[in-house]
Amino acid sequence: MENYTLTINGKKQEVSAEPDMPLLWVLRDLLNMKGTKFGCGQALCGACTVHLDDVAVRSCSLPISEVGAGNITTIEGLSEKGDHPLQEAWVEHVVPQCGYCQGGQIMTAAALLKQNPTPSEAEIEAAMQGNLCRCGTYNRIKSAIQTAASR
Amino acid sequence: MKNFIPVFKDKNKASEDRSKIFVASRRDFLKIGSLATGGFLLGVNFQCSGPKGEVVTFAPNVYISFDSDNQVTLIAHRSEMGTGIRTSLPMIMADELGADWSKIKIVQAEGDEDKYGNQNTDGSFSVRMFFEPMRKAGATARHMLIQAAAAKWGVDPSECYTENSEVHLKESRKKVTFGDLVQDLLVMPLPDPAAVKTKELSEYKLVGTDVAIYDAKDIATGKAVFGADVDLPNMQIAMIARSPVVGAKIISYNDAKALAVPGVNQVVKIEGAGIPPGLDKPLEGLAVLASNTWAAKKGREALEIEWDLGPNQDYNSTAQLEAMAKSTLQNGKVRRERGNFNAAKSSAAKTLDKTFKIPFYAHATMEPIAVIADYKGDGSVEIWAPSQHPQWARGAVAGALGIELPQVKINVTLLGGGFGRKSKPDGVIEAALLSKAAKTPVRVQWTREDDLHHDFYHSHSAQRIVATLDGSGNLTGWNQHSVFPAIGATGNPDELHPSDGELGLGCTDFPFDVPNIRIETHESKAHTRIGWLRSVSNINHAFAAQCMMDEIAEARGVDPIQQAIELLGEDRDLNFAEETGGKYENYGEKIEDFPWNTGRMKKVIQAVAEKSNWSQNLASGKALGFAAHKSFLTYVACVVMVEKDANGNLIIPEVHYAVDCGVGVNTDRIKSQFEGGAQFATSLAMTSAITFDKGQVQQHNFDSYQIIRMPQSPKKIEVHIIPSTEKPTGVGEPPVPPYIPALANAVYKLTGKRIYELPFKV
Ligand code: FES
Ligand code: FES
Repeated sequence: MENYTLTINGKKQEVSAEPDMPLLWVLRDLLNMKGTKFGCGQALCGACTVHLDDVAVRSCSLPISEVGAGNITTIEGLSEKGDHPLQEAWVEHVVPQCGYCQGGQIMTAAALLKQNPTPSEAEIEAAMQGNLCRCGTYNRIKSAIQTAASR
Repeated sequence: MKNFIPVFKDKNKASEDRSKIFVASRRDFLKIGSLATGGFLLGVNFQCSGPKGEVVTFAPNVYISFDSDNQVTLIAHRSEMGTGIRTSLPMIMADELGADWSKIKIVQAEGDEDKYGNQNTDGSFSVRMFFEPMRKAGATARHMLIQAAAAKWGVDPSECYTENSEVHLKESRKKVTFGDLVQDLLVMPLPDPAAVKTKELSEYKLVGTDVAIYDAKDIATGKAVFGADVDLPNMQIAMIARSPVVGAKIISYNDAKALAVPGVNQVVKIEGAGIPPGLDKPLEGLAVLASNTWAAKKGREALEIEWDLGPNQDYNSTAQLEAMAKSTLQNGKVRRERGNFNAAKSSAAKTLDKTFKIPFYAHATMEPIAVIADYKGDGSVEIWAPSQHPQWARGAVAGALGIELPQVKINVTLLGGGFGRKSKPDGVIEAALLSKAAKTPVRVQWTREDDLHHDFYHSHSAQRIVATLDGSGNLTGWNQHSVFPAIGATGNPDELHPSDGELGLGCTDFPFDVPNIRIETHESKAHTRIGWLRSVSNINHAFAAQCMMDEIAEARGVDPIQQAIELLGEDRDLNFAEETGGKYENYGEKIEDFPWNTGRMKKVIQAVAEKSNWSQNLASGKALGFAAHKSFLTYVACVVMVEKDANGNLIIPEVHYAVDCGVGVNTDRIKSQFEGGAQFATSLAMTSAITFDKGQVQQHNFDSYQIIRMPQSPKKIEVHIIPSTEKPTGVGEPPVPPYIPALANAVYKLTGKRIYELPFKV
């Protein structure tokens, strides 16, 4: 076990964990932050997406020992009051069905908009293709991203 | 759906459940009236609220309560897996009640069918089964509120109405909140059900409109609680190494290396059912219990297990599918007969003979199974589970632990997808057994690999259809051979043919006016666990039949939509009873209550033709395909447009659906089910397949079991809902079956190549 100091949603957190433990399980099991979801464990589905210094990363495949001093943002910390333009657009378009993939979808979309505030449809598709939605909400996800981008 | 085995044979169950609601409510009414403080009843907390003193709660039935603070709380008793049912059923009650929807609180019921009625969330029947009970529950409460207010004001109840969680006096400004009537209601007897009148459909303000789901914001902010999100003190996490082949048993094992992994505490063996595996049993396995998920996973990898792989160890699914297809060349067991197909064949001017194959599919819900169990010192157990069928899980846990039903409390979390997978209680039993063995709360966590390797799969299938045309191009004969290992075989290996229930899903209910029809089945064995996946055998049957109809239309030189309308014939109710020997099950409903009406089918077909602009002259490089299929009592027609991009990849620019599901409750969720259904079906058609070799699943994660990603999704999905006052029917499954043949027929038009096997590549 090693001790790590992480910055998560602007707050410093001390954890001790095996160095190979993925950030996903650090968040979920050690810090009881359940917004970040487990879907595949292999960087294939995007359910576990968080930001590391504003870049979308798959926390299931990021060992804690590689996180370093970067700022981690999770869905719980994307906005203070749940009013990030994407979150608002998500509710407006009633994007979620089961909802399980949606935190990851929003985090990937937020990283996209940060880097490219007015993405084209093709750019949205390219950025979002790592996030699976088994319920089939892709079209509403796209519309919600476009709505948020237009504001 | 469990209904394919037990419920279909149990047709009275639904009506029994319906009547229970009001019987239970009388008893609960008394309980609630006598409660002064605290406690937890009917899923509603009695709270105290500061200076105003105690909040008093009144519940006229198990689904509704309001307290003196004017908080209206509605119980959602069906499982939310993405259909929006947790919103739609409360909407009906709120509308009847005249409650202020923006302030409604929705509480998820625990699994208790004696109290809430049927909770088996499956078979697209939540709205169908509970539309009337929800209306009545709301109307009863409204009736009482109005009685109370009228008495207060000394007016006739007919002078009063409800709105915004208040009772209003017509043509006056007088009003009183529901909350201010609670004290009066507590001493009021429940009304005679016959005196309670539900609203006219035209009076509804929520029903029939687009209403956002209750959980949207919680989901968008990461607060919604799914199976794995419940945390209990001292909880251990379990990962289980399960039998790699169905029926395999552990001969011996060495857990020394697993126990040496930091964080691993314990290894526990789970006795599996063997063969038959059963629908309600866990597989044999060895569980590693650890203080966190990662340690459990590493511990599991370190286990050394010697397996007796059992009789399925040589199973190869590709070989079986070939053999199944070949078996259709023989005479099978006749399941429906009209006229004389053989005579039609011998006098036919032209015969089309095609075989369609589909693979096994896994559900691959985004949330892999995760269940939490807390076995307590007193022998009771509390469960948190993303379960589609909490009552089944409850009974299965009671059985597995040898305790009584009341000792099992099951809390239903949100489900990160269900599609039929989470009806099965295997994960719930695993958690309960492990918590009992470990004497701590346990979360059983499945990985994606577990999910794909140990599913209850949608069965692979071969469908051979022989169609005959006479000299004038009339379709004179239809002979469909349906073969697939049946769901029932998972519990009973002697079940070698598809059941009547499974055949009634799009095969024996072939609706077209063809003078000679023969439907036959052939034997096939289950070598894995077969279950039900969104729309079940409708997938196989609609794919084959609707692709064949397209091929027949081409052979006859007619337009497939014209042909469908022509062959549906006059507007009338079909009855398959005689030709199936009384074996047509109509999704568990009486055919008189939910007829198969050709007029309604034609109407959705005409609507989709119009909305998709079917007769348009398409730009070259684009093509349209059509299919129509009724399932789960809902009529659906679908047109899919396809084209190829510059790299030769197939693009689906447009999908048009027309649906008649009777009264539409939450029209936004109807649309979202169709949008999602089209995407789900695109995966089935083009990207997903489970295969077995040496008895083991050959796909492991989303790299080898692929589901579509955003760029592959249809770009535009239009859903046209036919306005209707007919009884409501479900929409969770019906979008899937017609989509696949509509897509395949479009692809044929684009490429000139017919599709006979899924998943197909272009
Ligand atoms: S869980 Fe991390 S990408 Fe799937
Ligand atoms: S909403 Fe269910 S997986 Fe995306």
